[in-house]
Amino acid sequence: MRIGIITFPGSLDDVDAARAVRLAGGEPVALWHAEHDLKDVDAVVLPGGFSYGDYLRAGAIAARAPLMQDVVERAKQGLPVLGICNGFQVLCEAGLLPGALTRNSHLHFRNRDQVLVVERADTAWTHAYADGQRIVIPVKNGEGRYVAADADLDRLEGENRVVFRYADGNPNGSSRDIAGVTSEDGRVVGLMPHPEHAVEDLTGPSTDGLGFFTSVLKAVVAA
Amino acid sequence: MSRVVVDVVLKPEISDPQGQAVLGALGRLGHSGVTSVRQGKHFVLEVDGTPDEAELKQIAETLLANPVIEDVELHLPTD
Repeated sequence: MRIGIITFPGSLDDVDAARAVRLAGGEPVALWHAEHDLKDVDAVVLPGGFSYGDYLRAGAIAARAPLMQDVVERAKQGLPVLGICNGFQVLCEAGLLPGALTRNSHLHFRNRDQVLVVERADTAWTHAYADGQRIVIPVKNGEGRYVAADADLDRLEGENRVVFRYADGNPNGSSRDIAGVTSEDGRVVGLMPHPEHAVEDLTGPSTDGLGFFTSVLKAVVAA
Repeated sequence: MSRVVVDVVLKPEISDPQGQAVLGALGRLGHSGVTSVRQGKHFVLEVDGTPDEAELKQIAETLLANPVIEDVELHLPTD
């Protein structure tokens, strides 16, 4: 099972994401933002970091990269796509996910282990979890405050598209404690916290993040 | 060569913690008459020939601003 990981100028967590894919039993495939080549991958991860230094808006310039045109086109046909942190910002800027990520309400960078509640265990990236399950994975961002107009937030909640909510404290002032959302078909998921940093006891607060990567391997087989 | 200005500011319903921090500083400096600050971005574009309004509108609305959270104003040269 080939899982592509896109590297943009300024990506930081592409190597950790590749390692998480390998630990889950998949084959990580490095993808370069400037090429129109998805290399026949079965799913794509957009990793964290600071693509283009967060110039203009976080994720805005990376969302217009050549490879993103291919990602958008294939995602609309059901290709599973996961955006983590800066990757989530890129997916929102590319229009694959609703809403936007803005400066944290307290204006500080926040880095800590974070409790999340899984609200949707039926997306391509969350089958390994149970609805209502609490997981602990790191969060680290300065522009992680999820926002959208109230009417859009109501619509999202009505369509059950919130995948994760922050619990035991909201680290960035996100509307309605939203940590992650999904596309209408449940194949594209974006979240600010970092599952790829919680896949081994030695380096993470838990191994709760591994389920993202085992989930997509099963979702690809099922599809 | 003409000069085109694009102003981008968060929509009124999106909270602006940077503007609020500036407002707090103004209060501490004694400028109690200022009741609100919204911080935005100001782009100055130099364009060859006569600006193409449709193209500039597209640039402003699809790259310089994120219409999900921001309002954008395009100022074409008046002379």
